[in-house]
Amino acid sequence: MGIPVSGKNIFPSNIQGLPTWYKIRVSQSGYGGRRKEADIVVAMNPKTFTEDQDDLVKGGLFLYADDIKDPIDRDDMILVPMPVKDIVKEAKPHRDLRKLIANMVYVGVLANLIGIEIEPIKAALEFHFKGKESPVEFNMMVIDLAYQWADKNLDLEIPYRIEPRDLTENSILVDGNTAAGLGTIYGGMHFVSWYPITPATSLPESMLEYAPKLRVDPETGKSTYAIIQAEDELAAVGMVVGAGWAGLRAMTATSGPGLSLMAEYTSLAYFAEIPIVIWVVQRVGPSTGLPTRTAQGDINLAYYLGQGDTEHIMLIPGNVNECFEFGWKALDLAEKYQTAVLCLSDLDLGKNQWMTKPFEYPETPIERGKIIWEEDLEKIKEEWGRYRDLDGDFIPYRTVPGNTHPKSAYFARGTGHDDFANYSEHPEQWRNNLDRIKNKINSSKADLPEPIITKMRGAKKGIIAFGSPDAAMSEALDYLKADGLKLNYLRLRSLPATDQVLDFIRSHEKVYVIENNRDGQMHAILSLELPEKAQDLISLAMIDGLPLNAEWIREAVLNEENA
Amino acid sequence: MAEKGKKVNAIGLTRQDYKGKPSTLCLGCGHNAIVGQIIAACHELNIPPESLLKVSGIGCSSKAPTYFMDRSFGFNGLHGRMPSLATGALFGDTSLIGIGVSGDGDTASIGMGQFKHVTRRNLPMLYIVANNGVYGLTKGQFSATAEQGLALKKQGQNRYVPVDIVWEAIAGRASFVARTFSGDPQQLKALIMAGLHHKGIAVIDVISPCVTFNNQDDSFHSYAWGKSHEVALHELSFVPPVRAIKVQYAKGETLEVPLYDGTHIILKKLAQDYEPTDRAKALQMLEDANRKNELITGLIYINPTQSSLFDLYDLPDTALNRLPAEKLRPSPESLDEINKIMY
Repeated sequence: MGIPVSGKNIFPSNIQGLPTWYKIRVSQSGYGGRRKEADIVVAMNPKTFTEDQDDLVKGGLFLYADDIKDPIDRDDMILVPMPVKDIVKEAKPHRDLRKLIANMVYVGVLANLIGIEIEPIKAALEFHFKGKESPVEFNMMVIDLAYQWADKNLDLEIPYRIEPRDLTENSILVDGNTAAGLGTIYGGMHFVSWYPITPATSLPESMLEYAPKLRVDPETGKSTYAIIQAEDELAAVGMVVGAGWAGLRAMTATSGPGLSLMAEYTSLAYFAEIPIVIWVVQRVGPSTGLPTRTAQGDINLAYYLGQGDTEHIMLIPGNVNECFEFGWKALDLAEKYQTAVLCLSDLDLGKNQWMTKPFEYPETPIERGKIIWEEDLEKIKEEWGRYRDLDGDFIPYRTVPGNTHPKSAYFARGTGHDDFANYSEHPEQWRNNLDRIKNKINSSKADLPEPIITKMRGAKKGIIAFGSPDAAMSEALDYLKADGLKLNYLRLRSLPATDQVLDFIRSHEKVYVIENNRDGQMHAILSLELPEKAQDLISLAMIDGLPLNAEWIREAVLNEENA
Repeated sequence: MAEKGKKVNAIGLTRQDYKGKPSTLCLGCGHNAIVGQIIAACHELNIPPESLLKVSGIGCSSKAPTYFMDRSFGFNGLHGRMPSLATGALFGDTSLIGIGVSGDGDTASIGMGQFKHVTRRNLPMLYIVANNGVYGLTKGQFSATAEQGLALKKQGQNRYVPVDIVWEAIAGRASFVARTFSGDPQQLKALIMAGLHHKGIAVIDVISPCVTFNNQDDSFHSYAWGKSHEVALHELSFVPPVRAIKVQYAKGETLEVPLYDGTHIILKKLAQDYEPTDRAKALQMLEDANRKNELITGLIYINPTQSSLFDLYDLPDTALNRLPAEKLRPSPESLDEINKIMY
């Protein structure tokens, strides 16, 4: 119907049986963030009947199955009891289908009440059932019966109406994990190793689905990649480091607990200068935390992952389109800078469906960095050493196994080494090497995604956010503007922070940092970058397992303003 | 006769071309013998050093790859995590011959998980465990293969029963499992040669005494104990493809195991009548030997036709790491199709 929507599956950590919610945001302003309360609630589960009532705005529409006999606790709702069982009975479904088909009743009733068109519903069912006629027809029959029932029996003043708009032309609806998987495939990944963990699992699974269709060489009929499910995250990242060393574009995907296990190999990748990509789909920690709830709590863990002085290149997609873009970009950056690149997504972005513009084909060719083969070694005039900075850009040339040149081999190690990769405990060599690596990482800023800055005329204060909360930010900024507060908004997309980010902080009298964790981890990282501005950086951080919403952001900023 | 070390093999290389950095292990360390036999085997088999890939974990054993074949790519990885490193690396170019050197701590303690999974996946590589029952780099703690009751200087007596690496490898469905003794260089070399030609994982548990921390005469991992308790299952020789098999033994005296590439292992029967092709019998034989306090050496189990990890993937003939970039990125048209189905 051409109206921007986003959906969020709020689900518990279980196999089957516990209550699950699906929250849909419909907004002609294009707001995709979660709202604190719902305008319309459909209650089908007696176990959450009271809770579901609490979720509704004053004067909201409350649809429920009329066989739920629990008390109605509020008198400020528009009540629509639906005879779900009677309508289902009328359709004469097979016994096994009765429960499943019941959901179609509220679809029909809602369609009638708020004006959802029937044709798009049918199209959605056809998509869901992959064109199979009989289930589509059967579902449609129940929807029709419910629609007719509502027509005959309901005469209500409804404050909500869905009207067609022309706002979704050329949009796609997709989850961030699928987008990241596809981006990785288009980024020319050769090797993926992974271990199942919520909420990252669907990322490698999307590659298992799409790579066989996209990455078979038409000439030879052979796969140009390999995906292997490892025995744990220790092995997943170990395989990826081995593959990256051997000249494969290698990636893995995990979440907090798995990332903890990957620390040691990531530290090795940093120090032995091996390109790897790790996608981190964040969930709530500490510990096992809330596996099916969203957070931005692994910023510190990821940025400094590993023992010793480590600081990694980090990409932070703020929408699903960027999940695709950073999917391929991360592999380029990892190979160019010969290091670990961590992409920080989260459950909200990764597991939920978002509307976005179509994926764009990578604008730059695949970047393999300074890999050299037999003939390249012949051409190098100076003596080549694996860790020798021949170009003065902190990035050495690297050979990979399989190179048959007698001088190509070297011995990679996580221990101290000289320019030729020989074991060394020499103090100066150690220091020079580690400094060069630091300079190398800093030099990557030239290639990192710059922040997106949205300015408001006359704003003297700034606000920084990153990742999935961006969905709530534009809405929050509109509210704050209406409150009379003008803010320039910077959406951070990478670390280490580029000059544009630092200049933004420097040039505003006060800058709020919004994030979905308890301690304000990004706030701390930025404060360390600019200690002289630290007191003007204000942390607004909150974590409760749910995506940040515009109402909270607005209140948090206003509280600070009025403090 | 050519000067020692100068003998040129069929591809024009001397022993020198197979050498690594000077060893920093203790004088008399069993691991040095392993290094020596790896060099000898590769030289004799005419393997170009560039076609080998060396990997290891952490520990005395894992330092060994530094001491052989400077002209091979090598990676000294993380403690207990060599198998995963090798798995990823060998996917880069499956024509490379992997040699992993691990230790008893690296394999049977911290690395037990990865060890069992790499055997299960049958990654084609030679996996040598230099097994001395003790931690050397941290100065003499018990490892998981140390026998119960073993007394060490600072540790007192070992409370726990040992892990048997050969048993674990067979249970883990490794396709080639052997045990030998670094004091038996001929058998060690023959097993290394056979392992290098095996299509799948070849686990060789080498009892390799630690002269500094665990070489007491009554210790299971000492030279003295090994020499007096070794029971070889067979006299083993490896026959490269270039050499025709000359019948040297009377019929019934030998068992011939053909490998995938036309090479052969010839096992000459000794006291026992043992065929190393039955997993259950292998385990039974180990159990019996254990009871008799014998150090059984030789090829304990082999399945030359078991699918290797790479048989399970439909990889191109060109090494993955040499595929040109244009083979790696799907077409713009394919992305248009993807965009169309995303709603």
